[in-house]
Amino acid sequence: MSSVPINHPGRAIEWNLPSKRRVGMSALITGESAIFTIFVVAYVFYMGKSLTGPTPQQVLEVPILGTICLLSSSLTIMQAEKAIERDRMTSFTLWLAATISLAAVFLTSTALEWKKLIYQDGLTISTNLFGTTFYSLVGLHATHVVVGLFLLTTTFVFSLFGWVDSRQSERFGVIALYWHFVDAVWIVVFTVVYLIGR
Amino acid sequence: MSDYTLPVSTTIEPSASASELGTFLERLHGWVVTVDHKRLGILYILYSTFFLLIAGAEALLIRLQLAYPHNHVLSAQVFNRFFTMHGTTMVFLVGMPFLFGFANYIVPLQIGARDMAFPRLNAFSFWLTAFGGLLLYYSFLGGAGLYGVGNAPDVGWFAYAPLTARSFSPGHATDYWALALIVSGFGTLGTAINIIATVISMRCKGMTLMRMPLFTWLLLIVSMLTLVTITPLTAAQFMLLIDRYLGGHFFDTQAGGSSLIWIHFFWIFGHPEVYVLVMPAFAIANEIIPVFCRKAIFGYPAMVAASVAIMFVSLSVWAHHMFTVGMTSVSNAFFTLSTMLVGVPTGIKIFNWIATLWGGRIRFTTPMLFCIGFLFQFLIAGLTGIMLSVSPWDWQLHNSYFVIAHFHYVLVGAIVFCIFAGLYYWYPKATGHLMNERLGKWHFWLFVIGFHITFDTMHFLGLLGMPRSIYTYQPDRGWNFLNLVVSVGGLIQGIAVLIFAYNLIVSYWRGEVAGDDPWDAWTLEWATSSPPPVYNFEELPEVHSRRPLWDAKHPDDPDWEYES
Repeated sequence: MSSVPINHPGRAIEWNLPSKRRVGMSALITGESAIFTIFVVAYVFYMGKSLTGPTPQQVLEVPILGTICLLSSSLTIMQAEKAIERDRMTSFTLWLAATISLAAVFLTSTALEWKKLIYQDGLTISTNLFGTTFYSLVGLHATHVVVGLFLLTTTFVFSLFGWVDSRQSERFGVIALYWHFVDAVWIVVFTVVYLIGR
Repeated sequence: MSDYTLPVSTTIEPSASASELGTFLERLHGWVVTVDHKRLGILYILYSTFFLLIAGAEALLIRLQLAYPHNHVLSAQVFNRFFTMHGTTMVFLVGMPFLFGFANYIVPLQIGARDMAFPRLNAFSFWLTAFGGLLLYYSFLGGAGLYGVGNAPDVGWFAYAPLTARSFSPGHATDYWALALIVSGFGTLGTAINIIATVISMRCKGMTLMRMPLFTWLLLIVSMLTLVTITPLTAAQFMLLIDRYLGGHFFDTQAGGSSLIWIHFFWIFGHPEVYVLVMPAFAIANEIIPVFCRKAIFGYPAMVAASVAIMFVSLSVWAHHMFTVGMTSVSNAFFTLSTMLVGVPTGIKIFNWIATLWGGRIRFTTPMLFCIGFLFQFLIAGLTGIMLSVSPWDWQLHNSYFVIAHFHYVLVGAIVFCIFAGLYYWYPKATGHLMNERLGKWHFWLFVIGFHITFDTMHFLGLLGMPRSIYTYQPDRGWNFLNLVVSVGGLIQGIAVLIFAYNLIVSYWRGEVAGDDPWDAWTLEWATSSPPPVYNFEELPEVHSRRPLWDAKHPDDPDWEYES
């Protein structure tokens, strides 16, 4: 290409563009937000419209432990991000392990909650509208936690083998961005399902 | 390894057939595993052209059935399947892949990049879309499933609940429909993410946002709109599958569910989708009209602003598809006004195109003819759109052929016309050969005449009260002659499209050699060879204005002296 005009007042152009990975992940998050919005709207629309029980008031308990764990995992992953940027790999691995453990506690608390709902309260996805909307919204979020957990665990295993260093900090930043999104969605789901809907 | 040379197999005496088979398989393999944005763009275009022919054939069979009253060419069941498949195919397997094909091929070239931001995601998205199409059409064979009932989907392209419930759609027809759209929806999402990342992060030196070609601008806006448009549909399809397979009650009115919420969810997707499809058409016109008028586009910043405005306004108009479901008068007024509001930015665009034409030295080549057809037809489509946005008028004409005529004026009159224009315009870039101009003129005139015979007449059928999706009609309604006219117009369009397909294939071998820049155009894709090498540009370009090639061709009068 020789299209550059010769007589252009050639001041050197500062040329910095945003990271394509961050832009791509932000775009994915925007799209995912729309999916969650539709499920949240369905949940709110069908609140109190179930023709039969059990109702949220009867069976739902506020998952305080799981919520605290998931939200604090956002803080631990921020520490992991700082550590990888400064190339402190032991610290990175430890903060990553903490994040994974917190997420695992959250998933376990969800699993126990679902076990109680299904076996004690007899609430399944086909019982009533509450069951349908509850399991699909909370399940959609839990699916995202599982995907995030898979990404984090893979990174963790790689870092145990010493394959991760500060050169991967941008890539890890993208995973962290996704993880923050999963946490932020939980704030919405928690508010709608356990605070407003109960 | 700089002195490494390719081992030329001169010593081997290859038998002709074996070597041909080998090269053919190798070439096929090369196309299947490719991550090159240009090859994927061509695959998208071929894929959607194939489905354009199939869905066009379905439309012709529908018109054959409706040509006479009490006709029985198709059975009622087959008729329902055909109009469902025609609509679904045209939107998801023709419109979307065409726009992504153009985006894939053109956007990286126009912004001076070597490929898309995520080449492997790009290939993955294409194959997802392709698999979605196969899944949809496999329903003709596999729709009956183990139940032995059902065939292709027959619930209409908007698949209103409770028609999609298990009891009313037994067999797997609706499942294939939902799964195909989920799968191709993920492909669409992947490509949209890819285009956004490419445009934002891969621009060559000096290409600021306000120097981007309008095609690239519009595709960026379309991709952003796609992110929040296709995903609600995916969510709604998941709900439908939960209802059908896990016994959920989202759309189950027997258990307190609402069929209305499906209509809302569908049109929250469905209306922005129209803009997702039509804005690439604008994008193509934005490139072609200035080049064939020999003038820079009029009102570039206004064009960008109008497109962004359309993106936002289009998200708040969906319920104008639902005036007849009985909303409150506040909702009716809101959606009437927001729909009318879309007319403002769209009007700005129309005036800018006309102002670009004004005083230009117009060359009436085939791409330009299609763009002029687009301008005229899109104006009329917009005007009937404003008519339908008035809710009392819509109550009268909802689900009539007037609505069918209106949206085909947009989808065919604007989008398909611009797709043809784009294919004639960029074909020489992709193949190195121009498409035959004489056949192109035949294609244009037959298509434009057939189009007006079909779709102008449909407006009157709608005003006379003919509803959409009916299998046949009584001879005493006064619709007989007009229906025959509509069908004849459809046949003429079919012939035109066959001429086009012939031209597309034959020009590949017999077309005039194009050279790098056959249209004397100004954007970066014309700066490289035709077809471009895998790496696009030997040296990454640097731009100083909106028309870098103008600057290169006219160093005495470059654009950057006038642009701020």
